[in-house]
Amino acid sequence: MAKRIDVSGLNAYYGTHKAIEDISMTVEPRSVTAFIGPSGCGKSTFLRTLNRMHEVTPGGRVEGKVMLDDENLYGSGVDPVAVRRTVGMVFQRPNPFPTMSIYENVVAGVRLNGGRYRKSELDGIVEKSLKGANLWNEVKDRLNKPGAGLSGGQQQRLCIARAIAVEPQVLLMDEPCSALDPISTLAIEDLIGELKERFTIVIVTHNMQQAARVSDRTAFFNLAGVGQPGKLIEIDDTERIFSNPSVQATEDYISGRFG
Amino acid sequence: MEITSATPPGPPPPRKTSRAGDRIFLGLSRGSGILLLVIMAAIAVFLTVRATSALSKNEGDFFTTFEWAANSTPPKFGIAVLAFGTVVSSLIAMLIAVPVAIGIALFISHYAPRKLAAPLSYVIDLLAAVPSIVYGLWGALFLVPHLGGLYTWLNDYFGWTGIFAYQGGAARSLFTIGILLAIMILPIVTSVSREVFLQAPKMHEEAALALGATRWEVIRMSVLPFGRSGVISASMLGLGRALGETMAVATVLSPSFTIGKSLLDPGGGTFAQNIASSFKESGEIGKDALIASGLVLFVLTLLVNGAARLIIARRKEYTA
Repeated sequence: MAKRIDVSGLNAYYGTHKAIEDISMTVEPRSVTAFIGPSGCGKSTFLRTLNRMHEVTPGGRVEGKVMLDDENLYGSGVDPVAVRRTVGMVFQRPNPFPTMSIYENVVAGVRLNGGRYRKSELDGIVEKSLKGANLWNEVKDRLNKPGAGLSGGQQQRLCIARAIAVEPQVLLMDEPCSALDPISTLAIEDLIGELKERFTIVIVTHNMQQAARVSDRTAFFNLAGVGQPGKLIEIDDTERIFSNPSVQATEDYISGRFG
Repeated sequence: MEITSATPPGPPPPRKTSRAGDRIFLGLSRGSGILLLVIMAAIAVFLTVRATSALSKNEGDFFTTFEWAANSTPPKFGIAVLAFGTVVSSLIAMLIAVPVAIGIALFISHYAPRKLAAPLSYVIDLLAAVPSIVYGLWGALFLVPHLGGLYTWLNDYFGWTGIFAYQGGAARSLFTIGILLAIMILPIVTSVSREVFLQAPKMHEEAALALGATRWEVIRMSVLPFGRSGVISASMLGLGRALGETMAVATVLSPSFTIGKSLLDPGGGTFAQNIASSFKESGEIGKDALIASGLVLFVLTLLVNGAARLIIARRKEYTA
């Protein structure tokens, strides 16, 4: 179910501005990889190239290769819609569909592209996904209530349930806890630990302790200056990045000397 | 129980100061609010008083009489034909205009490249700037002579329903009025809908995209639910305009006090058209009778607006 991501020579642009330059890395299946780095270093942009969401932004453009096992996501004839079904995404701010109930939110992705299911199948998907997102016990009695009525942390777990309901290979998380309180953050972090049994997880975070807590591998991004493209400085085992990084800039960043 | 005087200890509360600017602004805004109420009340009282005087002299039933002879003695007039014509022509206009307007608004807000979207919305807004008498002239001189083909086609395929039967003759019917009104309300419905669709939150569109939604599915999941109440109010604005449209209808319609079985039958009338057409030749009672019909239009428009507000309020709980 989980696939390996292999990126080589990736550049991304906003119009004429080059946002990230020449990124190559490998993300192992069934692991958590964290992206850290100062604001504007392109880590979110890079994350969004992994499910072809970057090109949705006006002027957004990508060069290079992203291999998901042996399929190039940017190959000719690859449908971005199909890519996004394989590579799920969770956003910074919880974004359940406000007009839909909790139940409908979870099956929103399943029902797309003309997907027709029997009620019993959908019920099964909803229960499995909500259990997978550690939300089932809190909402099982009010599945038909609006998803927007939940607390922020619950909404974010609802979004995770919605993302895993379509059984993706990879789960991308763009600062999933930055709008949440510490208790909800802890709940999401525990959940990430469980989800990596089934999915390849990539998480962007501003919180270095979080990266240290949840990830197996950590990638540090940096940019030379304002207006310069962001670059991958190094990627290594999380323990090594936080104890003995091989690049001086990484050590400066994680020890709080800048950023 | 002992009652103590309520003078709390401690320093006296800061003295209330009043500033000249605040007082002037308060006076102005309160005055405008009161003025609005006074004007509304004055209109309502005027309409009611004059209408009552005409209604007391009416020999026919005001709601069911199929004629308008307010100037003969005794006066006999009824609004059945006018109410039917007004409601039916406006409904036809809504049925045509709202889907088209939603389509244009979605195209401008979500499909068209930016270079095309801006001029296109400008052209749509320009349609709203055309005076209604010009629409009337265009309708009478262009639309009416060119609709024969459409009428024949409708008769061939839908004539069996009765409402699309066509006996030949000039296309000066409620259906033509509906088409004309549709064009006239298109800009307002389009531009309000477009503004609402543009405000659809990006984060919900991205949520749908990231689940693997196609462009249409993104619109269906995130844009349309968000825009629903806005589209309803846009439609009601359009309906309000269609109900009260005067000059264009008066120019195109050949009025008659009959209700045809078919929408394509010539004749019929609307409140506003009847007032415009009959006002000049009316005597004292005739004018009061027209005012009575105007009062009905006033109430009808109020009801439409009230219904729109109800629908929007009911949807509120879902728009977070």
